[in-house]
Amino acid sequence: MTAQAITSSAAIDAAKRRDEMIAFAVMALFLLVAPAIIYPFFLMQALCFALFACAFNLLIGYVGLLSFGHAMFLGLAGYVSAHMAKTGAVDIGPLHLHFGPVDPVLAIVCGVAASAVLGVITGALAIRRQGIYFAMITLALSQMIYFFCLQAPFTHGEDGIQGVPQGKAFGLIDLSHQTTMYYFVLAVFLAGFLMIHRIINSPFGDVLKSIRENEPRAISLGYKTDQYKLAAFVLSAALVGLAGATKSIVAQNASLTDVENAMSGQVILMTLVGGLGTFFGPVVGAFIIIAMQNYLAGFGQWVTVIQGAIFVACVLAFRRGIIGEIAHRLGLSL
Amino acid sequence: MMIPLLNIPTQALFGQLLLGLINGAFYALLSLGLAVIFGMLNIVNFAHGALYMVGAFVAYFLLNIAGLGYWWALILAPIIVGAFGIFIERSMLQWLAGLDHLYGLLLTFGLALVIQGVFQAEFGSSGLPYSIPPALQGGQNLGFMYLPKYRGWVVIFSLFVCIATWYLIEKTKLGAYLRAATENPQLVRAFGVNVPLMITLTYGFGVALAALAGVLAAPINQVRPLMGAEFIIVVFAVVVIGGMGSIMGSVVTGFMLGVIEGLTKVFYPEASNTVVFVIMAIVLLIKPAGLFGRTA
Repeated sequence: MTAQAITSSAAIDAAKRRDEMIAFAVMALFLLVAPAIIYPFFLMQALCFALFACAFNLLIGYVGLLSFGHAMFLGLAGYVSAHMAKTGAVDIGPLHLHFGPVDPVLAIVCGVAASAVLGVITGALAIRRQGIYFAMITLALSQMIYFFCLQAPFTHGEDGIQGVPQGKAFGLIDLSHQTTMYYFVLAVFLAGFLMIHRIINSPFGDVLKSIRENEPRAISLGYKTDQYKLAAFVLSAALVGLAGATKSIVAQNASLTDVENAMSGQVILMTLVGGLGTFFGPVVGAFIIIAMQNYLAGFGQWVTVIQGAIFVACVLAFRRGIIGEIAHRLGLSL
Repeated sequence: MMIPLLNIPTQALFGQLLLGLINGAFYALLSLGLAVIFGMLNIVNFAHGALYMVGAFVAYFLLNIAGLGYWWALILAPIIVGAFGIFIERSMLQWLAGLDHLYGLLLTFGLALVIQGVFQAEFGSSGLPYSIPPALQGGQNLGFMYLPKYRGWVVIFSLFVCIATWYLIEKTKLGAYLRAATENPQLVRAFGVNVPLMITLTYGFGVALAALAGVLAAPINQVRPLMGAEFIIVVFAVVVIGGMGSIMGSVVTGFMLGVIEGLTKVFYPEASNTVVFVIMAIVLLIKPAGLFGRTA
């Protein structure tokens, strides 16, 4: 590589970093003042879904793996953290531990851990096949987890877990106060968002992108791509778990809605609308889809029809998504 | 004489076995269509379950609006839904050629949402009754079990359709074109074969198979907007187990898994919903390419 090429690629990197910094500052500033203008409960919901979509995008956008079963991580983490925050009883086989209701932060950590473990198991199976098979396998496995959640005693089947106490984070910060809760959720979201950004811009992230572009070549360069794919899958699962666990503390319940396949479809739609493989697209997509659901709630099943139509329209005519299109038109990197 | 096996009456055992065979027949018809479509279009047709449901609804409409009974539906529903499939392929899917396979999956997923949503908004979630045609009502006592005629008909007719499809693709000249176009579309086009037309007709045919399964299912499972939504996920698992490389593979895997599912209902009912997924996980561990799949 010539010296000139090196400087120009460094300049591109610097410009890219600047674009991202500015966009991040705009987003963070908006989210800091947003509760003054927008209903905080809606914002908290949207932030949880935004983190969900960002974590999903880590796989599809940067490794090229389309998971059709990410609802299983969202739902399982939600159930586990809701259960821990409410009763804190662990009965697995011969193990009987009764902690009583645990700190919400610890409950969230338990939820994340559960999703990460599920991510290891399902990821190890799913990466054995590629492309569309990967999508079908994740879909089937998540259907299996759905049946598990329907039948397992601790999830209370159709009723779900209701009345989850919000408690005090670290025993100090009272989360039952709505504004406090909002900034807690915002902190969780920003931490997750920055972590994904860090992962993608690390040397590890570069290997992931090379797998997306040309897996055989990455293998020929000596990378054990299966291990990289599994690591990315588990990271994505854990971050989705973080979103699901936080969501269950915010909404004070965990239900079957979050494990259903429709939820896996929704996160794909959010990411697609915002822009696959863009940092900020999934956030924008999540806000749009959640807002749409709230406004159109009265239309019943027609919401599904509208969502399906958006899917079709996006795939046919708008594959870059909103942020992807803006970035492309303005020559920015977002 | 009744031979109780592990305290399970043979009547129940054979009853579930038959139900398993019927489900297996539907798995076979649907995964066959998926395999044929995937071979030509490189698209996993997520709308397959929705079109299976539309097939059942077309049978229902034919009966209640046009007064045309089951036998007419068996011919007309696949034609109508197949025509709808051709419309889908011409208006949407053809624009995805050359793009990543995932876009086909996403587009057909969106289509499935639209189709299912429209039917749900119009008909709710409960089932509409569709009665068994008079000629196939009643049943036969076979000594070891009671065989309802309609169920026997479904198994035999599905098997016939599967074998006919296999024959069409593996043994006829048209099938040879089809297989050649799957391997190398450019070359086949250079020989003067109209490949885009073949692609369109293939999609229509695969979808017609789904509609046919829908008509067969209507008298057994009732006609419901979401009858295909969960079913298609099991069919995907069947496809992963069998691999989409071989026509016979799809058929054998479909019937086999239906039977295994039926037997699970007898011996361990709690697992009957998940047994196919568990088998999928085991197959992925032992033979990742699928039972009949070619290793990439």
